[in-house]
Amino acid sequence: MPLLWLILIVLAIAAAGYVLGRSRALASAGGDIRQLHSLPSYYGSNAALKAVVPALLLLVLWLIAQPLYINSVISGTLPDELISEGSSRGLLMAEVSRTAQGLDLAVSQGVIDEGVASDPAADFNAMTDRLKQAGAIVTSQITQPVLNAAQRYRSMSHTGTAIMSIAVIIIAVLGAFYGIRQSSAQFRARNVVEQGVRVLLVAAASIAVLTTVGIVLSLVFNTIEFFRLYPASEFFFGLSWAPSFSGRGGSSELGVLPLLWGTIYISIVALIVAVPVGLFAAIYLSEYAGSKVRAVAKPLLEVLAGIPTIVYGLFALLTVGPLLVSIFGDGGVLGVSWQGGGRAVITAGLVMGIMLIPFVSSLSDDIINAVPQAMRDGSYGLGATKSETIKQVVLPAALPGIVGAILLAASRAIGETMIVVLGAGAAARLSLNPFEAMTTVTAKIVSQLTGDSDFASPEALVAFALGMTLFVLTLGLNVFALYIVRKYREQYD
Amino acid sequence: MNDMRLLERDVDAKDIKIAARKVQVYYADTHAIKDVDVDIEDKTVTAFIGPSGCGKSTFLRCLNRMNDTIDICRVEGDIRIDGEDIYDAKVDPVQLRAKVGMVFQKPNPFPKSIYDNIAYGPRIHGLARSKADLDDIVEKSLRRGAIWDEVKDRLHAPGTGLSGGQQQRLCIARAVATEPEVLLMDEPCSALDPIATSQVEELIDELRQEFSVVIVTHSMQQAARVSQKTAFFHLGNLVEYGETGQIFTTPQDPRTESYITGRIG
Ligand SMILES: Nc1ncnc2c1ncn2[C@@H]1O[C@H](COP(=O)(O)OP(=O)(O)OP(=O)(O)O)[C@@H](O)[C@H]1O
Ligand SMILES: [Mg+2]
Repeated sequence: MPLLWLILIVLAIAAAGYVLGRSRALASAGGDIRQLHSLPSYYGSNAALKAVVPALLLLVLWLIAQPLYINSVISGTLPDELISEGSSRGLLMAEVSRTAQGLDLAVSQGVIDEGVASDPAADFNAMTDRLKQAGAIVTSQITQPVLNAAQRYRSMSHTGTAIMSIAVIIIAVLGAFYGIRQSSAQFRARNVVEQGVRVLLVAAASIAVLTTVGIVLSLVFNTIEFFRLYPASEFFFGLSWAPSFSGRGGSSELGVLPLLWGTIYISIVALIVAVPVGLFAAIYLSEYAGSKVRAVAKPLLEVLAGIPTIVYGLFALLTVGPLLVSIFGDGGVLGVSWQGGGRAVITAGLVMGIMLIPFVSSLSDDIINAVPQAMRDGSYGLGATKSETIKQVVLPAALPGIVGAILLAASRAIGETMIVVLGAGAAARLSLNPFEAMTTVTAKIVSQLTGDSDFASPEALVAFALGMTLFVLTLGLNVFALYIVRKYREQYD
Repeated sequence: MNDMRLLERDVDAKDIKIAARKVQVYYADTHAIKDVDVDIEDKTVTAFIGPSGCGKSTFLRCLNRMNDTIDICRVEGDIRIDGEDIYDAKVDPVQLRAKVGMVFQKPNPFPKSIYDNIAYGPRIHGLARSKADLDDIVEKSLRRGAIWDEVKDRLHAPGTGLSGGQQQRLCIARAVATEPEVLLMDEPCSALDPIATSQVEELIDELRQEFSVVIVTHSMQQAARVSQKTAFFHLGNLVEYGETGQIFTTPQDPRTESYITGRIG
């Protein structure tokens, strides 16, 4: 609550700065807007920005730094002998801060009063009971040193927060004053606000970029960790995937090839379904369909894209799988017994292909529409038919874009999980038979991390290596897509 | 086919090639062409002139049914080529366009090689018996398009890599390659320099030996130089149509006169 108040106060100061800065600028020009360098609202915004930005920046930094600082100070005062067997300083500090939070909670609920809470001589047994009564999570018995440390922790963070509040408010007021002082007719408030907007946009962009970098780095470090525990050559070239959770490493075989093969195989089946259907649908919609058909069919196709993949997974499991078994399975329509069970590469591939149809078609449709009408006119003008024009002029012109769309669809197929889990089974297998169950990298990442897993074991860490493999694969595919698009890009005009 | 044309020329060099009667064109509710009657002669260059937006391109596009590709466009009236109603249900617009070639206002080469651009029409219509035959057609067309010398060393480079003026000549060569009987040219020289313009004008004059050429132009000088007949359009009406010399020296209609002398623009 105090934090919310603090922010509201800063905003109020900014609002006041806005009003004052604006009116001061107006006054300096004698009320004549034309005498000002910028519109009055820019002067106001300048003052408001000067109040808000430094104050909130300070607030954020302080909120990050304060717990770190207090932790290090308090943990330095904890005597070594307190740290019991099998525990660590970090665990002890966690208990201290939990106790401090418990005290705060108890005080705010009125179970104990402030004087008792901060009394260093307070009875720690009674205190434990009180805290439990207040609903605070206290592990076991609080010991005297822990209680004292917690009390110190509390008082330090209270003072810290108080100083922070005052500092933030002072900074905000100073900033607002500075902004108001600047407000005179000659001051280029418009340019300053422009700068501010720019910084804001840069900040947003860097958050996006930094997050990506962070994710990649965490993948990389965990992957390196995994390769310390498990030989990389066996991971990359091992032909068998047989993790064991009971044996705690050693007996596990973690070869990525069967999973990679499953991923690629299922994706290929999916693309074989999605590319022709999606592309032809796109050609029909963009070249042949009347505007009325288009107005209905295009959104309808795009609804397919909005269906959650888990629903496709159910569809694979409950409808497509049994249907395929009744065709290709034992005693099926064809009289062959190729397919043993509903879960198979072909099931997952078909359903994934259906999922990708709208993806391919709507991207290709946009690309085909982007081919200039003049190009078609040129072909029609030479006496070409519609399909000749499409085949020989429109598609070649749109090809780079279409290849890009297909590669994007491929990277979606590679990353797809739910359909595989439900449609393709969980057996890691190197086989060419599309009627057999197989599994993919993504499905195995899920199964390695669900359930009780020890995050330090190679069986769990392998998930990061798998994720990294997948990441490199899709990244490569995207880069390749870009390369193709660049290389064959046609200038239309 | 060529023999037939030769025969025709022997009989009468000034047959009526295209006869249009009471042509109306609507774009949705806009009435773009109103009641146009015109007879376009064979082996003649006919120029369409008129202020921007008066419907020259629209009327030109009626002559090879290119307006069919525009959803909202509706054509009424009667247009006959060699006595045959081209809007008749029996007529295949695709066949018609092979006979009535078109060069567009903006150059629109295909994103293919120069060679393939020219070979496109002949290939579709099966005009070449062999590869060598096709090579011949390509060379001949490029020469007629006054661009052979510039591209003969890079026939397999993309057509889109040429300059605007070169692209336009490529499009002219492409249209000529299908051996049309009528060639419609919509401001073919608007992107060309004076040298290329005069080359294209020479080409037009040469094409007149075999084809009927209709050219839209904004240049009075060009109309005067290349055409034998001139039609002046204004706000969707065909105001005046006659011998080029007569239109430019003694126009009958005051609107024609003021346009030619530069008072309507
Ligand atoms: N595709 C279209 N959709 C709707 N209206 C159109 C379309 N094409 C042309 N028009 C309208 O028809 C009229 C005639 O246009 P047109 O293109 O035939 O003029 P133009 O004489 O060729 O002009 P310019 O010399 O500028 O090329 C204009 O009023 C134009 O707005
Ligand atoms: Mg025009």
